[in-house]
Amino acid sequence: MHVVSPIRETLVLNGKTYHDVTEDICKQVEGKPTKEWKIVFGISVLVLLYGAAWVFWTWWEGLGVWGLNKTVGWAWDITNFVWWVGIGHAGTLISAVLLLFRQKWRTSINRAAEAMTIFAVICAASFIVMHMGRPWLAYFALPLPNTFGSLWVNFNSPLVWDVFAISTYFSVSCLFWYIGLIPDLATIRDRATGTRKKVYGALAIGWTGGARAWARYEDVSLILAGLSTPLVLSVHTIVSFDFATSVIPGWHTTIFPPYFVAGAIFSGFAMVQNLMLVTRVVYKLEDYVTLEHISLMNKIITLTGSVVGIAYITEFFIAAYSGVEYEQYAFINRATGPLWWSYWAMMTCNVLSPQLFWFKKVRENILVSFVMAVVVNIGMWFERFVIIVTSLHRDYLPSSWTYFTPRMGDISDYIFSFGFFFTAFFLFSKFLPVINMAEVKSVLKSSSEKYPEKKKVTA
Amino acid sequence: MADSKYLVGVFDDGDELLHAVEDIRHQGVKIHEAYTPFAIHGLDKALGYSFPRMGVAAFLFGITGTCCALLLTFWTMGVDWPINVGGKNFFPFPTNIPIVFELTVLLAAFGMSFTFFFMEDLGPTSKPIIFDVRSTDDKFVLAIDLAKNKLSENEISKLLKESGASEVNVKEI
Repeated sequence: MHVVSPIRETLVLNGKTYHDVTEDICKQVEGKPTKEWKIVFGISVLVLLYGAAWVFWTWWEGLGVWGLNKTVGWAWDITNFVWWVGIGHAGTLISAVLLLFRQKWRTSINRAAEAMTIFAVICAASFIVMHMGRPWLAYFALPLPNTFGSLWVNFNSPLVWDVFAISTYFSVSCLFWYIGLIPDLATIRDRATGTRKKVYGALAIGWTGGARAWARYEDVSLILAGLSTPLVLSVHTIVSFDFATSVIPGWHTTIFPPYFVAGAIFSGFAMVQNLMLVTRVVYKLEDYVTLEHISLMNKIITLTGSVVGIAYITEFFIAAYSGVEYEQYAFINRATGPLWWSYWAMMTCNVLSPQLFWFKKVRENILVSFVMAVVVNIGMWFERFVIIVTSLHRDYLPSSWTYFTPRMGDISDYIFSFGFFFTAFFLFSKFLPVINMAEVKSVLKSSSEKYPEKKKVTA
Repeated sequence: MADSKYLVGVFDDGDELLHAVEDIRHQGVKIHEAYTPFAIHGLDKALGYSFPRMGVAAFLFGITGTCCALLLTFWTMGVDWPINVGGKNFFPFPTNIPIVFELTVLLAAFGMSFTFFFMEDLGPTSKPIIFDVRSTDDKFVLAIDLAKNKLSENEISKLLKESGASEVNVKEI
């Protein structure tokens, strides 16, 4: 018997049956692309082409097309990298951590969030390759003996850890996403004919939904969630080590790993919020991604935003308390130096604005949620910019103090990543089911508003 | 190649199917397999399957990953080309933890998943036997191999109907 606590909000509205779920979700995969889809997809492809031309120019001409100088050797490239990797944390977090916590509301958003994760990690990786300057030598980061003898990569270096962490995270996320897709691909296969049946049939790898397969499948999903949870935490921890293990004032802090992970969840959830708010309207999925989902996402955004806020304050306090002059200066310079505007943009967007979500009215307002999610991601971009550029631009030698101004190369290569991200997301949302049908069906009885009476069975 | 004849009971609800499986097995009927659009908790137990132990595969692959990573870092950093950094250890253990952790997770995840694909005979070219196409949509299907049961077709059909099947079909494979 399914007993549902009366305080639980319903997760699927309007008394959907199992078949309704299949119809509603398969509709956009099986139908012809809509006009709206063609327009937004066309725009993303144009943006991607513009960006790709600039990325090619960056490789052809070298990193001189960026605004870097001898003092600021990392700027937008690594800012964008950390920003995208952070966004790429939400998918696995939603599907793995919320699975371990048995949060049923994850079922409507996990698929799109995982897809978004994969694309965001590809965007992040593109900046790593770009900032190498000579991307054809990217294999130097792999543990291969070099041509002059068996000199290996330095396994003591956080940059090498990063290569391992991000490639592991990327491949395990793809695997997790694909395993989640198999039953839904089988659903599409069983409804299709002709070429589509062949393609989705090959992708569904012969899934039939037998009870033994389901039992093992559930076991595999649970263990993958258990493996992915520490993995997702390790990735941003290792990204933060890129900074924390250096001796640059402002970077050399032990608070970085938890602070970065909280920031990653914060920005990732904001990006998922943005994408889902659009997807639910475009594909008419308001019954599956409800106000309850939006409100729950906003609660997590508020929580992680507050954790990030505490981290900012702690960092400042520890710098003052340490008595290290350089450390103190780095922080005073962040807040009051020539780049003060970026520090206060970060503080306003990340710490103050999510506090509005304490009000239920704000939390359940779709327009406000959308705008706030954009604001959060602007804030999180500035957080990385503040950490990277303001810590570098005034180094130990006052004669080399400088300012950073982005050039067309910086801006266009960033635009490239948006072009790629949205092109990939629109392709995904057209050709694959954006909501995990099997999982939504499994929570339908317990979380639907009114499950058709006929099928109610008591044990 | 019609050498097996199956009775296919179609149910509208997962809980009905679960109870039907218990009832039918209680009557001594052997069930070929149950097919459902999503995982029904307790169905594997009701069908008498042993607890899935995918964790064993994950552990074995994971420990292989741990060993490979330790071997890789130890051999490259400590044996093949040791680098003297200010007289520090050639092989400091803590700095190898990230690599060891990542490779453990990588091998455990992929090893376990491919073990699962192998055990369930899942692959891009595998040809699944589908008793009812609606079993990946909204129907809960029970397949019974008539050759493996002593009861007659009519008796099993009656049993399925009594336990709540909305349709009973015959499928020859």
